Amino acid sequence: MTEPTIKHATFEIERVYEGVPVARVWTAWTIADEKRRWWGSGNLSADNHDLDFRIGGLEHVTDYAPDGTKYTLEAHYCDIVEGERFVYTYEMSRNDARMSVSVATVVLVPEGDGTRLTLTEQGVFLDGLDTPADREHGTRAVVESLAKALAQVEA
Amino acid sequence: MLKYLADESQPPIDLLFGALADPTRRALIDRLIDGPASVSELAAPLLISLPAVMQQLQVLQSSGLVLSQKVGRVRTCSINPVALSTAEQWIAERRKSWEERLDRLGDYLAEHPEQHKQESGND
Repeated sequence: MTEPTIKHATFEIERVYEGVPVARVWTAWTIADEKRRWWGSGNLSADNHDLDFRIGGLEHVTDYAPDGTKYTLEAHYCDIVEGERFVYTYEMSRNDARMSVSVATVVLVPEGDGTRLTLTEQGVFLDGLDTPADREHGTRAVVESLAKALAQVEA
Repeated sequence: MLKYLADESQPPIDLLFGALADPTRRALIDRLIDGPASVSELAAPLLISLPAVMQQLQVLQSSGLVLSQKVGRVRTCSINPVALSTAEQWIAERRKSWEERLDRLGDYLAEHPEQHKQESGND
């Protein structure tokens, strides 16, 4: 019904983890057993999460939403500077239909006794999965997520 | 700061962010998602003057999020159904899931200042 389109977008999100040294944040991202413990949200059941954190290494995550929708993430680690930054490419699929191809950059910088984390995502977001129900749901989700993001900016 | 690509029928996400950077405008959008409404219907629950509501609607219209049509003396507003493509929705959802994920990481790090030890077992 809807013509497939593509959108390019870049966004950056920052967090400061006070009292947490860079080395601790690094292990949370780079050791599979650590990453599994915070990566998935409560309403997704993780089917599997494999992580091989090294240049050229792969990561594979499969999650199921409560309605049975399957989400898959396939990542490839391209650049790693130990304790400072890493860059990976990843594809996201919903029910095996590709939704996006992205480059993610995670940079960790010491700040006081803590760590400033900057995540930048540069993505190609693929369209063509559209249904009117998706659209209405999505419109509300957009408003809610923008409101939340902006509330954080304003805070 | 705001980029608008003239050849696109859909407003860029930056412009949407700008349009929604105001609680009154978000309230108007939230109401319009439920269906079209006249300007006075939109203004009724809000504690601001009719001209102020019209000014906010103007911003939403120029962002492409809202359409309006005047029939006789009544101006009716509605959500522009093509304003947000699936891709844009997906971008916003991605951003939202990253925000939530980085917050979960913060909670995890606060609760586990030391690296997880293997022997604590699985549940």
